[in-house]
Amino acid sequence: MKYVDEFRDGTVARQLAQTIAAEVDPERRYHLMEFCGGHTHAISRYGLRDLLPEEIHFIHGPGCPVCVLPIGRIDSAIELARDHGVILCSYGDTLRVPASGRMSLLRAKAEGADIRMVYSSADALKIARENPGREVVFFAIGFETTTPPTAVALRQARAEGLKNFSVFANHVLTPSAIQNILESPEVRSLGTIPLDGFIGPSHVSTIIGSRPYEFFAEEFQKPVVIAGFEPLDVLQSVLMLVRQLNEGRAEVENQFCRAVTREGNQKAQALVAEVFELRDRFEWRGLGEVPYSALRIREAFRDLDAEHRFGLEYRSVPDHKACECGTILRGLKQPQDCKVFGTVCTPDNPLGSCMVSAEGACAAHYTYGQFKNVPIAEVS
Amino acid sequence: MSAPADTGSGTAVKRGYIRPLDFKNGKVEMAHGGGGRAMAQLIDELFQPAFDNPWLRQANDQALLGRPEGRIVMATDSHVVSPLFFPGGDIGSLSVHGTINDVATSGARPLWLAAGFILEEGFPLGELKRIVDSMAAAARAAGVAIVTGDTKVVERGHGDGVFITTTGVGVVPEGITISGDRARPGDRILVSGFLGDHGVAIMSLRENLSFSTNIVSDSAALHELIADMIRAAPDLHCLRDPTRGGLASTLNEIARQSGVGMAIRETDIPVREEVEAACELLGLDPLYVANEGKVVAICPPECAEALLAAMQAHPLGRDAAIIGEVIEDPHGFVQMETTFGGRRNVDWLSGEQLPRIC
Repeated sequence: MKYVDEFRDGTVARQLAQTIAAEVDPERRYHLMEFCGGHTHAISRYGLRDLLPEEIHFIHGPGCPVCVLPIGRIDSAIELARDHGVILCSYGDTLRVPASGRMSLLRAKAEGADIRMVYSSADALKIARENPGREVVFFAIGFETTTPPTAVALRQARAEGLKNFSVFANHVLTPSAIQNILESPEVRSLGTIPLDGFIGPSHVSTIIGSRPYEFFAEEFQKPVVIAGFEPLDVLQSVLMLVRQLNEGRAEVENQFCRAVTREGNQKAQALVAEVFELRDRFEWRGLGEVPYSALRIREAFRDLDAEHRFGLEYRSVPDHKACECGTILRGLKQPQDCKVFGTVCTPDNPLGSCMVSAEGACAAHYTYGQFKNVPIAEVS
Repeated sequence: MSAPADTGSGTAVKRGYIRPLDFKNGKVEMAHGGGGRAMAQLIDELFQPAFDNPWLRQANDQALLGRPEGRIVMATDSHVVSPLFFPGGDIGSLSVHGTINDVATSGARPLWLAAGFILEEGFPLGELKRIVDSMAAAARAAGVAIVTGDTKVVERGHGDGVFITTTGVGVVPEGITISGDRARPGDRILVSGFLGDHGVAIMSLRENLSFSTNIVSDSAALHELIADMIRAAPDLHCLRDPTRGGLASTLNEIARQSGVGMAIRETDIPVREEVEAACELLGLDPLYVANEGKVVAICPPECAEALLAAMQAHPLGRDAAIIGEVIEDPHGFVQMETTFGGRRNVDWLSGEQLPRIC
């Protein structure tokens, strides 16, 4: 397939892997956090771990929008659909995220709540137009990549005078999460999480550009390489990080230069700024309350804000006791270190959010990597 | 008490005029499932002429069938596909092919079908006729008779137009033992052609997905292809049609039943470029996308080439390929060597990838 196969070429991959193997310093370890779930998925799906030398360690970061959504927010979405009788429009992955009391959007749907899976904010608008007698709420989640389409939907609803449409905004910000990880005691003073550099977000950076990461590279002396989501992108970025670390550099480099510029998509940024403003704080699953890490709808669009329209009150709900999603999202543990991984918690019956989305560290490991410890009989 | 009809006196009975079913503007009404005249009329004017065969002509509540030679297999399948009409077929042809394939993958020759219809009040009779005619054509082309059936009507809003359940009966010749528990380490794994066509064709019609494609459903009756395959490789171990859940689910099912693992090669798995591209856009994996006219075969290594040749010689198996081997693995994992050169697990489908595709 054109424009895809080029980035999945096995021969090029092996050459890159050989170069990496030749350049790593056997005396040291390279702890690289891939922030995005998209990278986690690519690493697992293409078996990149198998190709790389043992000096390279991947730490799976919190960049999976579904995984970082706290239980309380899903509870609010269920409340909207069940108690306020709205048509709740949601992206597919969100439907299975476990909420309080063994609930999920999917279960609420089975019990009669009107919850519909959409592929874009435009679909939600369409549903609102087709159901003028019903309240329609778009359950907006995601990082900077999905924020501009939500902003467009809000502007469009305003322009059309759609009175029955509103948005339950849960958009979060990547730089705040990276900063939170870097400032956590485990990384900063205790050193329990060795962290040498970042494989930086790809789609997010198309919007925000590479400039926001310059602060981390400088302040925390950690190199960042913005990387595409294809397997060759990831391998090339690993090589770029190895070189920076070997040379003692801590810069922001852009591997994904076919789509990312330093300034990013300024039109999208302006759109987002027009509709959204920073929240003082926002709860992340795994990271807890992170200051200035999410967006809310501005005063000027308040009438389209579902939190305002339906008087939603946020209640924080702790994760299941046995669930290690929090520590896994912060890179403290690997999925297989969790006691319930693959036993009580599976993609069919996820206990924690990392098992829900294909981009979650646990789901990716469960789906693609389980056999790793199983010896294989070779067949001629 | 009304007077008995004058039947014994030799005068002809005058039949009351019944307005024929209006296939242009008519709609399904509750009475069409009520057991009264309206239902009789629906049978007389639609089902009976379309499916016409000696068993139906008996007009009994059951079909009285002669005892066939060989072991009898039976399979049933309900069809709830949405939309009802799609490129390459409709719910009618699908309901015939689906059950024929379930019967045929035992190695059986399919003989008879029973069909149960659940119709929604208000469904256009014209569309019902299209569906029934398509079923009849599919059954006739496959040489299988629809020998008995049933119709029920549910209130508007309690169905989705038409649901069809078909049950098939066939006979397996002596000496053929095809079963999901017979895969043995060393066996070869074959598929009969391009994967994912049906699922992508259905997906392209979903109203909330605005993309168009030239892909048509692969819906087809596979019993003749399978008969050719058995002639070429009588010791075929397993056959299964990878419908919902796709190839990945079928291989996982067989691996579990047989207590073995599977090792497949991504480069050898036939997937059309259009299907691959659509899956890439929609975030799907073609290995999990449904097929309605493909079969997965597992056979001893020594007959793999003969089996492949027989498959490729049949129009429905032209693009058949050997995609991997059965291996020893107590965990029953299905692994794939990726085009990229890595290895990964091909797990069961979790949740559902697409709603209502068959």
